[in-house]
Amino acid sequence: MQAFKEIGRYSYLLYEALRSSTELSTYRKNLFHELVKVGYASVPIIMLTGFFTGSVLTIQTAYQLESAFIPRTTIGAIVSESIIIELAAVISALVLSGKVGARIATELGNMRVSEQIDALESMGFNSVSFLVVPRVLGGLLMFPVLYIVACVFGVGGGVLAGTLTGEVTAADFMRGAQMFFTPWNVLFGFVKSFVFGFIITSIACYKGYYASGGAEGVGRSTTEATVMGCMVVLTADFLLAMLLL
Amino acid sequence: MIEIKNLKKSFGDLLVWEDVNLTIEDGETIAVIGRSGCGKSVLMKNINALMFPDEGEVLIDGKNIFDLDYVQLRRQRQKFGIMFQGSALFDSINTFENVAFPLRYFTKMKEDEITHEVMQALEMVNLKDSAYKGTSELSGGMRKRVGLARAIILKPEYLMYDEPTSGLDPQTSDEINDLITYMADSLKITSIVITHDMHSVLKVADKVAFLDQKKLSWSGSVDEMRHSDHKELRSFVSASEYQLKPQEAKF
Repeated sequence: MQAFKEIGRYSYLLYEALRSSTELSTYRKNLFHELVKVGYASVPIIMLTGFFTGSVLTIQTAYQLESAFIPRTTIGAIVSESIIIELAAVISALVLSGKVGARIATELGNMRVSEQIDALESMGFNSVSFLVVPRVLGGLLMFPVLYIVACVFGVGGGVLAGTLTGEVTAADFMRGAQMFFTPWNVLFGFVKSFVFGFIITSIACYKGYYASGGAEGVGRSTTEATVMGCMVVLTADFLLAMLLL
Repeated sequence: MIEIKNLKKSFGDLLVWEDVNLTIEDGETIAVIGRSGCGKSVLMKNINALMFPDEGEVLIDGKNIFDLDYVQLRRQRQKFGIMFQGSALFDSINTFENVAFPLRYFTKMKEDEITHEVMQALEMVNLKDSAYKGTSELSGGMRKRVGLARAIILKPEYLMYDEPTSGLDPQTSDEINDLITYMADSLKITSIVITHDMHSVLKVADKVAFLDQKKLSWSGSVDEMRHSDHKELRSFVSASEYQLKPQEAKF
């Protein structure tokens, strides 16, 4: 019963957000701040995540392909395709669920329990338009950009790790990467990052917007936003793979 | 004029109050009193539809606020200024910006006009010198006063104060009470003060409404309250007498 109630309230919040998304003048300034907070401020952590994911994947793939009959270009093919199709989008989303999702849930939760959301409403603001719409839009617009960053640094990390360990040369790695490259895979990654951006920011907004119970309640909302965000991202990843691949 | 008719509110199975009927005339200051947790703040939030009741009406100048669509409701809410219990200041911006906030979104004022209005409001609450301080640098009393400056910046017709003196020392409480009286007298604003501080009630209110036992159990003038034989009201008021006349307290 509680689950139905939660889904109903979440759907209602999304409906309100969609309905008030035309009030651009209300959230324009906040949208700019969100693009910076979600996008620009997350670039370093996504660079690191992508780089180490690519590096480790290259070393582990090389370790498993210790055979004279398997060309070294295969490592580049496996690593780059894994990053583009799956890892750049999913690992970035899991990391951003902790960084972006937790921040949004905490911000809105604190605003709720300290009556700042009531204050906005009492002044005549549409609080959903002012607080929720820019945060969800920020996620929708910036997650695909961060996906590209993760792809570039993932492949870059793979090339560097392969070269430094002597497992595969940069030329072989890139040749392998090009052999199985198809634009559809990149588009698939884009779609996933777009969906994940929506899931993480909308769940975080929902949990924060309806937080209650003081500091403890805000902590609970933040934890729930992060955990639920990760779970739904993994479920959506499975569904998208089934539907689109 | 605000008319509250047959209002009932509950949270799930928990009834907060029912059959609340109250009329607040233009220009008067009414104190809503009652024990902690009796639903005073909930009543305040129902009056400008920050919360919705289960039953009943709140008529603002004859129009039921719960019949309005969201756009009309937002316009109607701007007739109210609220000083929240915890001030509800936006902590990412400074004092000046907090007060200027509604002006930037709801008026087409130029920057020098906004500055003039904000400084005037801050002067009314004696905080002109703290205009550019961060909200974390302000004391509890100062935060309440900034909240009040922000509440009056759009020139509302009604001002609601949620526990304006809670958590403040007696001297600062007195300053806030003086401000409430000043606002009512100088701006001719209808005021609703949610409080359990009887000192505050005696200082600022024309009328008193007493919430008790899940209903509005008594309402009348301050003078009528002093002489009322309503048992619970007398008990509530007499429990505050020590605070009212500390010089007469026997240790």
